[in-house]
Amino acid sequence: MNKARRNLPTLFAAHGILLAYTLLSVFPVILIVINSLKSRRAIFGDPLGLPVGEGVFDLVGYQTVLQNADFLGYFANSLIVTLGALFFVLVAGSMAAFALAEYRFRMNTLMALYLALGIMIPIRLGTIGILELVVNLGLINTLWALILVYTAQGLPLTIFILSEFMRTVSKELKDAARVDGLSEYRIFFQLALPLVRPAVATVAVFTMIPIWNDLWFPLILAPGEETKTITLGAQQFIGQFETNWNAILAALTLAIVPVLVLYAIFSRQLVRGITSGAVKG
Amino acid sequence: MANLALHAINKSFGATEVLKGVDLEIEDREFIVFVGPSGCGKSTLLRIIAGLEDQTSGEVEIDGTNVSLLPPAKRGIAMVFQSYALYPHMNVERNMGFGLRQARAPLAEIKSKVAEAARILQLEPLLRRKPRELSGGQRQRVAIGRAIVRNPKVFLFDEPLSNLDAALRVQMRVEIARLHHDLNATMIYVTHDQVEAMTLADRIVVMNLGVLEQVGSPLELYHNPRNLFVAGFIGSPKMNFISCTAQAVGEQGVTVSLPGDATITVPVVPDGVSPGTPLTLGIRPEHALLGERGGDAVLSGTALVVERLGGMTDIHIGGVGDGMMVLQAIGEPDVDVDDALSISLPAERCHLFDGDGKALTKLNPWQPRAARKAAA
Ligand SMILES: Nc1ncnc2c1ncn2[C@@H]1O[C@H](COP(=O)(O)OP(=O)(O)OP(=O)(O)O)[C@@H](O)[C@H]1O
Ligand SMILES: [Mg+2]
Repeated sequence: MNKARRNLPTLFAAHGILLAYTLLSVFPVILIVINSLKSRRAIFGDPLGLPVGEGVFDLVGYQTVLQNADFLGYFANSLIVTLGALFFVLVAGSMAAFALAEYRFRMNTLMALYLALGIMIPIRLGTIGILELVVNLGLINTLWALILVYTAQGLPLTIFILSEFMRTVSKELKDAARVDGLSEYRIFFQLALPLVRPAVATVAVFTMIPIWNDLWFPLILAPGEETKTITLGAQQFIGQFETNWNAILAALTLAIVPVLVLYAIFSRQLVRGITSGAVKG
Repeated sequence: MANLALHAINKSFGATEVLKGVDLEIEDREFIVFVGPSGCGKSTLLRIIAGLEDQTSGEVEIDGTNVSLLPPAKRGIAMVFQSYALYPHMNVERNMGFGLRQARAPLAEIKSKVAEAARILQLEPLLRRKPRELSGGQRQRVAIGRAIVRNPKVFLFDEPLSNLDAALRVQMRVEIARLHHDLNATMIYVTHDQVEAMTLADRIVVMNLGVLEQVGSPLELYHNPRNLFVAGFIGSPKMNFISCTAQAVGEQGVTVSLPGDATITVPVVPDGVSPGTPLTLGIRPEHALLGERGGDAVLSGTALVVERLGGMTDIHIGGVGDGMMVLQAIGEPDVDVDDALSISLPAERCHLFDGDGKALTKLNPWQPRAARKAAA
């Protein structure tokens, strides 16, 4: 038991602040979800009202979106890009982090700094260069272009965070594994990675969300019909003269679902580490 | 089982030299204990023997083969770490069998070896538990079991008991002594604990600043320390050192003048000593005696602190010349703080060290029991 828990006013204050923050951040999402279930007139007439009652509840947005044959394709594209980039970020990032934390080599610190530099420099500053590169590689209008760019975007923070966590993996545990004859790869995959799993899950969430939500790079690198992601695809309902709000809101609502699912998967890992008992706690 | 030899081992981390030309021969089935102040390179030397650290130069030989370039798993060693280092996601049985499974040993063999180790260490009821469900002592037993299962030529222990409480430490110490006896294994053991070092070791290796100061049996180090460092390091409370000056040199040894006009003739070989040479006299707290006795040199001082331990009493005495000393008396002597005391120094119990800190050889040095018996 710590003291803060026993102190009732502190308890209320803390929960009050957390509750307020939750409301604040969830409010726009709820607004999108409830309005996606309303008729066009109801959206404008009573934007805060619940989607119940004659002439208010309307699934026309979802019908438009789901009847639009391309939409599932956009969905798939987003999923492929997000999961692909996530895979490369996590594999390459955690391996680099392990190497930086575990091995002594010349320029180790310099290398770590160099790899962390990307945290401070937004990747969008390099858009023109990236575009040129992608064109020269013949990757324009492919999902690979997005996967590679997002991998580059996600790596710096991943390496920075994970190398701190890799340092916390007991040195003696790794040495014990070496005495038992494990290769460095197996030490990484079987010992280090499982022990920093909560950190990896955290990083996965941080990496995934900006990728899923990004509009910039899909617009520049892969705007073709075949490679559109869902955020880009949803833009087709925004017209110059008239915007199909039902469809947009429905598309956005649907776009939330996969992120929620992925988040649910990772957050289970966030909850507990398994290091307890490995070394004197 | 196997002998082990270290030839001119050097190790530097960047510009810092951690080990400086370490040479050591370890016999088959010997129990060797490394002691030394923190940071003197004990763990580094152990890790070099294990192959977890590369030596900068020099050779490690196990069983007559140069293993300097072999990975740890191929050297025939097993290591027990201070933090136990058990695999957190495996139960006790899998933890112990992991090395053999890595080496693709037959399942039946793994099973029987794990069962045997579990029997020796009384771990049978715990085989299905995860490390986090074990107490500290049990975890360390599992770590030792993991080492036994590997059936190594050499066991390496790096401060294995220092995370345990005092009572458990004594119990585990006895278990390790039994284990050494039963397995007939060569063992190298790093510790900070004087008692562990004195009781477990066949030979103690005293290290300081990356060099071996002295290698010898515990009693040899206790009775015939080679220099000031070893004299001060082995034994608790620490040996008292008193600065003095040689007065005369003769058949009986070296006569030195002590604070307060006392003189004492210590029976040592007067190598390189002439009247006027500055020397250091060493006397262990348990060898100095309270009160005046005929024939011994007598110092005087004032009791600063009296620590009564039951069977023993440690008396910290100030004003001995310009320094202080500790005296350990048996039982409960009649001494209070601030009492003026006389301290007798039996000459044959004293050590003399020259200006470089090297001990002067005794005229009749301490002999091991076996040698004394043979002489009689
Ligand atoms: N990986 C390393 N990089 C740089 N210096 C190191 C490294 N490992 C050890 N050292 C240095 O080498 C010296 C010896 O370290 P070592 O761990 O062998 O000491 P030790 O005798 O085991 O000490 P302790 O009794 O505290 O365990 C220390 O000065 C330490 O700072
Ligand atoms: Mg150490």
